[in-house]
Parts: sequence; C-alpha cells; structure tokens
Amino acid sequence: MQKFNKHSGIVAPLDRPNVDTDAIIPKQFLKSIKRSGFGPNAFDDWRYLDEGGPDIDNASRRPNPDFVLNQQPFDKATILLARENFGCGSSREHAVWALDDFGFRAVIAPSFADIFFNNSFKNGLLPIALQASVVDDLFKRVSDNNGLELTIDLAAQTVSCGDELIASFEIDEFRKHCMLNGLDDIALTLQHADEIKAYEANRKQSAPWLF
Amino acid sequence: MSNRKTLYDKLWDDHVVRTEEDGTALLYIDRHLVHEVTSPQAFEGLRMAGREPWRTGSIVAVPDHNVPTTDRSEGITDPVAKLQVETLDNNCKEFGLTEFDMSDQRQGIVHVIGPEQGATLPGMTVVCGDSHTSTHGAFGALAFGIGTSEVEHVLATQCLMQNKSLNMLVSVDGQVHPGVTAKDIVLAIIGEIGTAGGTGYAIEFGGDAIRALSMEGRMTVCNMAIEAGARAGMVAVDQTTIDYVKGRPYSPTGDNMEKAEAYWSTLHSDDNAKFDKLVHIDAAEIKPQVTWGTSPEMVVDIDSSVPDPEAVSDKVKADGMRKALAYMGLEAGMPISDIAVDKVFIGSCTNSRIEDLREAAAIAHGRQVSDHVKLAMVVPGSGLVKKQAEEEGLDKIFIDAGFEWREPGCSMCLAMNADRLEPGERCASTSNRNFEGRQGQGGRTHLVSPAMAAAAAINGHFTNINELS
Repeated sequence: MQKFNKHSGIVAPLDRPNVDTDAIIPKQFLKSIKRSGFGPNAFDDWRYLDEGGPDIDNASRRPNPDFVLNQQPFDKATILLARENFGCGSSREHAVWALDDFGFRAVIAPSFADIFFNNSFKNGLLPIALQASVVDDLFKRVSDNNGLELTIDLAAQTVSCGDELIASFEIDEFRKHCMLNGLDDIALTLQHADEIKAYEANRKQSAPWLF
Repeated sequence: MSNRKTLYDKLWDDHVVRTEEDGTALLYIDRHLVHEVTSPQAFEGLRMAGREPWRTGSIVAVPDHNVPTTDRSEGITDPVAKLQVETLDNNCKEFGLTEFDMSDQRQGIVHVIGPEQGATLPGMTVVCGDSHTSTHGAFGALAFGIGTSEVEHVLATQCLMQNKSLNMLVSVDGQVHPGVTAKDIVLAIIGEIGTAGGTGYAIEFGGDAIRALSMEGRMTVCNMAIEAGARAGMVAVDQTTIDYVKGRPYSPTGDNMEKAEAYWSTLHSDDNAKFDKLVHIDAAEIKPQVTWGTSPEMVVDIDSSVPDPEAVSDKVKADGMRKALAYMGLEAGMPISDIAVDKVFIGSCTNSRIEDLREAAAIAHGRQVSDHVKLAMVVPGSGLVKKQAEEEGLDKIFIDAGFEWREPGCSMCLAMNADRLEPGERCASTSNRNFEGRQGQGGRTHLVSPAMAAAAAINGHFTNINELS
C-alpha cells in the first residue's frame, strides 16, 4: 500500500449527497480481473455523454463538459470534496481503485459509508470526515476560487489552506499507523498466527459444528 | 446491568481473537462466501505474496453476478464476463475450494445459496465481498460485506481487523396488514431512518412483526440493512430459525446439533441490554411501499404522491430530490399509482426465494401481463429455488401470465449480464438499489415487493395489491 504522510493538491467539488459506488465505477467495468486501469472510467455515467464499456476506447467517446472532473483545473485534482454518505451502496473496492487511479489521494466529506471508508484505508486513499458546516464552507471557497489547494497532514491530523488551519480530523490510531507507514496489514495479522490458532483450537472444543 | 449484552455484543465477543490498544479487534471469520466479481484480485494478491488460504473448509464459492439467465448450453458469450467466471473456477480448483459452478443445480445468488445449504448458521461470523452479506444476519449471525483487500485478508488469515459498531435496535411493533411484506417493512424502515441512518451501527431487527416473519422474510429485511447504512443487520434466533436450519447439507447433526441448539438458544439480546439507538415503528402504519427516487430512502407508500422538493428546507436534501426527479422523469405531486412501467424484474438476493415467488405468483395467477409492459421476468435465486418453484407449478403460472422464467443469478439487479434496462426505461424491481444507472445506464428503478412488482406487471402501472387480490 502506498504511504500517506503529507499531501497538497487541487480540490474538486462533487456537490451531491449519497454518491454511491455504482456511480463511482459502473458495473460493466467490474468484469476486470485486475485492480488497475479504472481511472479513465471513474464516474463514467456522469463523465461521458455516451455509454462506455470495458472494450470501448475512451478516447473515441464524448466527454460531458458539464461534469466537474472534465473541467480545468479539476481534471488535475487530487482531493475530492463531497457531501454526506459518500461511497454508499455496493462493497466494490473498484470504486476506491478508480479514485486512486484517477489521481485522488483523499476524499473530504461530512460522512462516509462504512465499507467504502474501510476500503479506502486499504489502498492509501485517505477519507476525511469533517463537520457539515466546514464542508459547506469548503464548497464555497472552491466556488470562489477554482484551483483552491488544500494541504492534508496525516501525522498532525489537519487540513490547511496555505497557513490557515481549516480543521483537525479524527482517525483511529491503528489505521493512521498503517497508512503513514504503508503497511501490509495481512503481514501484520500473520504476526498473530499463534493466537489465531489458539482461538481455533478453543472454538473447535466449544463449537465443533463450525469445523 | 453492564453485563447485559445485545445479540451483536455476544456475536462480537465470541469472535475476538485479540484487541489492539485503540480497540481495533482481530475478529475470527467462520464462513467466507466468494463470488466471481470481487475475488480475482484477492486470489492474485495471495499468489503474488506466496500465501495459501488459511482454512479452505470455511469457503463456499459460486458465480452469480455475471452468469446468463437464459439458455446456458452455449456458456457465457461476453468474453470479459466469461474470463471472470473461469477465473473463479480456476482459483477454486487451484486452492481446493468448494464451488457450485454454473452447471451445478445448487448454483445461485451467493446470499440465497448460503442459507439454503446450511452454510450460514446461527452464531457464525459470515463475510463476503458483497455488501448484501448482511442478509445472513437473519440467522442470528454477524454477517457483513467486505472489500476485495479484506477478502484477501480473510483468505490469508481467517480474520479481519475490525472496529466495533454501535448497537441499534429497530423494533417493528404490532402486526402488519394483509398485503404488507418484509420488503415493505424494510423499505419503510429505510424511509424512516434514512440511507445513512444506520452508518456506524449494527442493526438488530426486533418486535412482533419481525418475529412473525419467516426466514425468507427476515433475510429480505436484513439484506437491506446496508441500504440504511448498516454493514450488519440481524434477527435473534428462535424456533423459526432452528426449524429452517435443520436438515440442510451443511447443518450439524446428532450430538453436534444438540450442542449447537443449546448455544443458538442464547443468541438474543438480554433483557434490558443497552442499545445506543432505539427506533420504534408501528407495523400497522406500514402500507405497500414504492421508491420514487435514486436512493432507497426516497420511498413512499402506494397511496401517496411523488414528494415535492420545494417543501423540504434542507438545501442539500432538496437539491438531491430535484436531481432524482429529473433523472427519474417524474413530477412532484404525481400519484404513485399513475406511474407506468416498461419492465418488471422479480429476483435478486433481496427477493428471489421460494416465498417471494409464491407471493408474486399469487398475484399473477389467472391474469395477464399488460400489453404496455415490454418485459416481465422472474429470476429464481438458485437452481434449487427454481426446481422447487417448478414442482409447485409456479413457473406455469408465470409463463401463462406472460412472464419470462429464467435461470438463477443476480441478473437485472445490477445488470452485469445481458439483463438490463435501456436508457429511459422504467422498471418495477424487487431488487435493493434504485441508484442512477444501476439496472442499465439511464434506466429508472422503482423498488417494490414481489407482489407489488407482479401487480405492476399486470396493470402496467403501480397498483395497491389489495385492490387486486
């Protein structure tokens, strides 16, 4: 997993609540057996005027000029600003892979759906939940200043704009540690293999029908 | 009082292997269900790291999302989908995993076959790379959907790093009126608490109306816990649960069954257990439900009209409603019963079990699908559901009424296979998500119960089933 320490980048505003993972990456792209290459199809139904598919060349398609990620400078954005319940619906990790592959390193929203939130940490995409009023203020700032850059400091747990501190954010210590160091959490868990085996041995006694 | 536990507390505590200082727990997983869409990258990761599955016996795999629901003798024609299904077959062979492949009569939607086989049992932790894994909570199990990285984690370690959720009890008190089904109950719950109302919570569904449900009904309710934002939904174990589980291929027998039953009988929340949030719903108030928008929380009853965003003060919410109305091609104030449908889909992990098909068949019996409906299809949840339905003559009722009778799979719930809506088409669907483009780009989905879907097929527009039956 790629490390996340400090990141500065352009903010793209996606001003709608309940953005679901079907919208982030539509189903026809889930037929891939790879975990890369989803970026050009992130938000596909909103991003293009014609329908796409795994065997359709995106270069031959018509981009939707009204969609934020097709507009400069948001096409170079690395921080996505969103509304409530971002990433709801399907568990598809392809949604995180698509955002990552597009170039996003963080998503800021008032709230996230649980599975998307978990998946993000597995891929070095930082989901930051801030108060709705702070998010609202950020939408206003971006609207006044297209190209607004924010700086996210994971170690300090802060979001800043230049020298101005916008907000501090919460994150579980364990997740922060894994993300700062880019740790493979399977390897971490396997360090406790003996404890897992001991649990299994006990469980075989108390609930033998499970084995 | 502090030692009084909720059902969720009990299931959690029984599966904790270890806990980190910040409370993150390593949770043991008893059952791992696998399908073709979210597993290939996990198996590839396992191979690249030189790891083996920790416990192959915990895994049951099945292709369901990509499989055709029409004649399968020619296999899958879409080469990309074919490769994905073959990749699952090959991974299962390579690692020695149980798979019900496309030619197996036990094949079906992963959340239908798990319970059907007895592979889902009370007290288990059940995971799958699919958000509707919450379905299995109907058995008094802790069941939740995971991403592909977590699929790989469970394959490699039999465990997951998890943070405990908060406890929510949704109590549906009293009895529902005739014609009101489990689907209507859960849609009404989502309408009440919102699509993010359960975020951060594990929801236990209780109350007389839930207790009165069959296992099929409880699965429908738990299935849609995720549409209320909760990764896990669950129902306490009772005699209905145990009667359903007994005698299935993976269920315990003999002494083990006696031991298991003794344990399962403890799988309910203790009296006065503490819930972080309590929601009470009056069952008698619930009418047949129809969604009108692009989020499952955008739901009203059949006798209502499409709501007006102008009447909503929250700006973000009102904007969301306007976008939804524009996408759905609806006007505020339009009676729901005036909305005409182009297609009807009866199926999905929410509503494709035998009881669902019986409910729909009872409406279809002796009637004809409206000429205005281009396609009405019934997709059983598994090969075994299909067989049972055919033994009961349900297939004939559907076919005589003008429905198509298909092979099992996820089908038009998410339209990964050929079953889909064309742009602008409107569908009465028994599935779980009315998101934009979910059933095909530009398609418009209205979520309803199986009986309501059958009624929409017959009349060509939404109809209160109590006017038909």
